[in-house]
Amino acid sequence: MRRAKLRGLGAGAWPVVTALAAAVLVLDLLAWGYGEAPLATLGRAFAGTWGTPYGIGQVLFKATPLVFAGASVAFALRAGLFNIGAEGQIALASLAAALVGASLPAHTPAAVALPCVCLVATVVGGAYGAVPGVLRARFGAHEVIATLMLNRIASAIVSWSLAHGAALHGTVRTADVVAGARLTSLGTWLPAWRGSAVSLALPLAVGVCFAAFAWGRSSRAGREIAWVGLGARASAAQGVPVARRLVQAMAGAGALAGLAATSTVLGYKGYYEAGLGAGAGFAGIAVALLGRGHALGIVLAALLFGTLDQAGLSINARVPREAMDVLQAVVILVVALADVAARDAARREATT
Amino acid sequence: MSGSVGATMAVETLRMSVPYVCAALGGVVSERSGVVNIALDGLMLASALGGVATAIATGSAVAGVAGGVATGVLLALLHAVVVVRGRVDGIVSGVAIQLLAAAGTRFTLRALYDSASNSPSIEGFRLGPAGAGATEALARVLLDPIAWLALVAVAGVPWLLRSTRFGLRLRGAGENPEAAAAAGVNVGAVRIAAVALSGALCALGGLHLAFDQHRFESGMTGGRGFIGLAAVIVAGWRPGRAVLACLGFAALDAAQIVLQDRVAVAHELLQALPYVATLVAIAGLTRGARAPAGLGRHPDPHP
Repeated sequence: MRRAKLRGLGAGAWPVVTALAAAVLVLDLLAWGYGEAPLATLGRAFAGTWGTPYGIGQVLFKATPLVFAGASVAFALRAGLFNIGAEGQIALASLAAALVGASLPAHTPAAVALPCVCLVATVVGGAYGAVPGVLRARFGAHEVIATLMLNRIASAIVSWSLAHGAALHGTVRTADVVAGARLTSLGTWLPAWRGSAVSLALPLAVGVCFAAFAWGRSSRAGREIAWVGLGARASAAQGVPVARRLVQAMAGAGALAGLAATSTVLGYKGYYEAGLGAGAGFAGIAVALLGRGHALGIVLAALLFGTLDQAGLSINARVPREAMDVLQAVVILVVALADVAARDAARREATT
Repeated sequence: MSGSVGATMAVETLRMSVPYVCAALGGVVSERSGVVNIALDGLMLASALGGVATAIATGSAVAGVAGGVATGVLLALLHAVVVVRGRVDGIVSGVAIQLLAAAGTRFTLRALYDSASNSPSIEGFRLGPAGAGATEALARVLLDPIAWLALVAVAGVPWLLRSTRFGLRLRGAGENPEAAAAAGVNVGAVRIAAVALSGALCALGGLHLAFDQHRFESGMTGGRGFIGLAAVIVAGWRPGRAVLACLGFAALDAAQIVLQDRVAVAHELLQALPYVATLVAIAGLTRGARAPAGLGRHPDPHP
C-alpha cells in the first residue's frame, strides 16, 4: 500500500521532471544555435535569478501575478472549465483598480484604501469572468471560444478607455493611485531585496491561492464545483445546481485573476499603463498545468515561470530573452504529453 | 467623390479579407476533421516570418511563399501529432503553439536580423501599376499571386469537403470518429493531413500580410487569426459562410480606414465588433449551426 502511494507520487512528479529536463535542453539548444556556450548561458541565467538577493526579489515579483493567474485557471479547471480569459480579466481589473485607486481622496488611510481597491479588482475580474460562465451555463456556449473573444474585447475596452480620458493627457498611463492604496515593497523590511519590485502582494497571492483551494475542499459549493467537473449530468441527478456552480467557478476564476492587479498596479507601478501585466494570463495556464491542482504546486510552478521570466532578462545581452517564452511553450507541451502517457500507463497497470 | 470612396472601400475590403479568409478556411478544415485549432493566429505569424526569411535568404519571392507554407505546415504538424498521437487536449496544445509562434518569431527576428521590431524589407511580388487611384489599387490586389492562391482555396475548400473522398473521410472523422474508424477510415492520419492543410492555408494568410508590407513585423498578425476563428464559429463551421463572414469583418476594417479622417469613429470599439458578434453567435448556436460532433474526441478513448 505504501509502495503504491509512493508510485502514485512518482507518477505525479515525473511529467514535471521531464518538462524541466526538456526546458533545460531547449534552452541549451537555443543558446547554442545563437552561438553562445550553453553552460555559460545557464550559469548567467542562474546568477541573475537565484544568485543574488536582488535577483531572488525579482523572481518573487515576477512569480506573484502568476500565482494569481495559475490559481484562477486551476479554480475553473476543477469545474472542467478552461479559463483562457485570465488575460482579459487581469487587464480590466487592473485598469479599474488603478482608476478607483487614483480617484480616492488623497489622504485615505491604507485600512480603507487597500480593501476598497482590492475589492474593485476582485469584483471587476469576477464579473468579467462570470460572463463566459453564464454563456456556458445558459446557452451552452463553449467557454474557451468565449474567453478568447472576451480577451480581445477587454483589450479593445482598455485601449478605448485609455484613449478617452482614463489616461493622463498624451500618455497611455493612468494617474498615480493614492499612497494608502500602495502595497509596501518587501525591500522595506528586508534590505537585501531593496530595489526589487517584490511587495506585500506576494504573501497575499500565496494566502489567496491556499484559501481558494481550501474553500474548494471544505465548502459545499466548492465540493459541488468539483463534482460538476467530474460529471455534470450525474451531479444534476444528485441535485447539484449545475448552472449556478459553473457560473461560480468562472466568477471565482475571474476574481482570482483580477487580484493580479495587486502585484502590478498596487505593488509595483502605482498606476496602470497599456500592456502592464500582459502575458500573465496565458502563463497562468502553464502554471496551472504544472501545478497539478494543488495550492503548493501552483506556487512552485509560478516560482519556476517567474524564474524563467527573470532569467530571460539576465541572459538578454547574449541570448534574446524571448528564448524563455519559447521554453514556456515547451513546458506546456511536454507536461501535457507526459501527463497523458502517465495516465495511460496507470490505466494499463490497473487493467492487468 | 462618394463613388470613389465606395470603390476604395470595396478594394480595401478585398485586400484586407485575404488574411481572414485564409485563417478561417484553415480553421474550418482543421475543426471539421475534429481537431480544435485555436492557434490559427500563431500559424499565420510563424509562416509570415518563415516566408520573409526564405525570401531574404534566396532572393526569390516564389521560394519565400514555399518557405512560408512549409513553416505553417510544420508547425501545424506539431500541433496535429501532439493532439492526435499524443492525445493531448487540443486547447492545451493550441495555447502552447500560439505561445511558441509568438515567442519563436521574436527570438528568430533577433537572432537573424538583430531587431526587436521588423525584418529587412523584401521585394515580394510587385505586379500591377503604381498609383493611388482605386483602379490601380484594385489591379494590385487582383494581380497579387497570394490572393490568387487564396481564391483557389475559397473555391477549393468547399469542393474538397463536399465532393472528394478525402473530404468525406475528413467530415466523418470530425462528426463521428468511432463510426469512421469502424468503416475503415484511418481517423488519425486523416486528421493529421487536415491539420497540415490548415497550416498551409493559414500560411497563405500570413504571407499575404508580410508580402503586402514587404517585410515581417513583430506581432504583425494583430489577432487576425482570432478573427478568422470567430468567422469559423459565426459561420457554423461552413466554409462558404465563413468566407462571407470574413468579408464582413474586412469591410468593417476598410470602413475604419476609409472613414477615419472623415468621421469620428471609436475605432478601438469597432475592432471589437467581430468578437462581440462571435459571442452572440455562440450563445445562439443551439439553433441550426453547431460544432462538429466529434470535435476533440478520439475514436478509441482508451488505447
